[in-house]
Amino acid sequence: MKQAAPVEYMRKTREYYEAQGFEKPYQWAHFTECPFTIPNKPLEESRVALITTAANYPRVESDPRFVDSVSIEDPPAKLYADDLAWDKKATHLDDLGSFFPLELLKSFAEEGKIDSVAARFHSVPTEYSQRRTREADAPEILKRCREDGADVALLVPL
Amino acid sequence: MSLVARHLEANGIPTMIIGSALDIVEYCGVPRFLFVDFPLGNPCGEPDDRAMQREIVAHGLEMLHSVVHAHTTIRSRFAWRAGNDWRDRYMEINDAERAKLARLGEERRAERQRLRDTGQVRTE
Repeated sequence: MKQAAPVEYMRKTREYYEAQGFEKPYQWAHFTECPFTIPNKPLEESRVALITTAANYPRVESDPRFVDSVSIEDPPAKLYADDLAWDKKATHLDDLGSFFPLELLKSFAEEGKIDSVAARFHSVPTEYSQRRTREADAPEILKRCREDGADVALLVPL
Repeated sequence: MSLVARHLEANGIPTMIIGSALDIVEYCGVPRFLFVDFPLGNPCGEPDDRAMQREIVAHGLEMLHSVVHAHTTIRSRFAWRAGNDWRDRYMEINDAERAKLARLGEERRAERQRLRDTGQVRTE
């Protein structure tokens, strides 16, 4: 079977907001160079930090969003993302494993595929302001990953 | 999320993104990306399919070591079981919806203005 073309989210989003009368199109972040760090230890010796865009508490679109970290010893039964853009017609978020693989990472740690899961997982606000993400939220996530001794990070945006 | 990955990576923490918005992630530019071509919301596999979720997340973790340069995207082998209808339906704009969207835009602008006026916005 022929592989379908990936959805053009930038174009669709631009057209969607144009139809709502927003005149200035959103400018997505764009860079030509990219940092790269080679892991300094094997996966089975690595502590993995888990980072999601979903929240640990219900939010509405107009609520201010902040970096939030939660102990993996007290994992949520549910995460919230009603305020984010994901395909609410095609699917649902009732199964955490479909977008937040904490239980799976814990199994991998038990099986020895990874050393451990970092003590907290982090919820990153998807901010309209890229400056806020770059200057406030990303440094805060870095600080918390370091505090938890994370060797690598797994990011699972909705 | 891509900006967070770049910041961690630049500061010595290797990152792996598993996600479904190929164009947005590649336009930003990230070190390692496992592209799961599903509707936005289930990057780690279809709901309740533990075997698929396990394979996707394991694949992502393996890429931390197998990828040797930045801007590497690998497409997951999985296809959405219910077919491809979701691709056109997402953020679809048809004539029936134009008036509704225009009204929604008005409501959003009014709400944003109200939040600004009452100081209910994040300043830092």
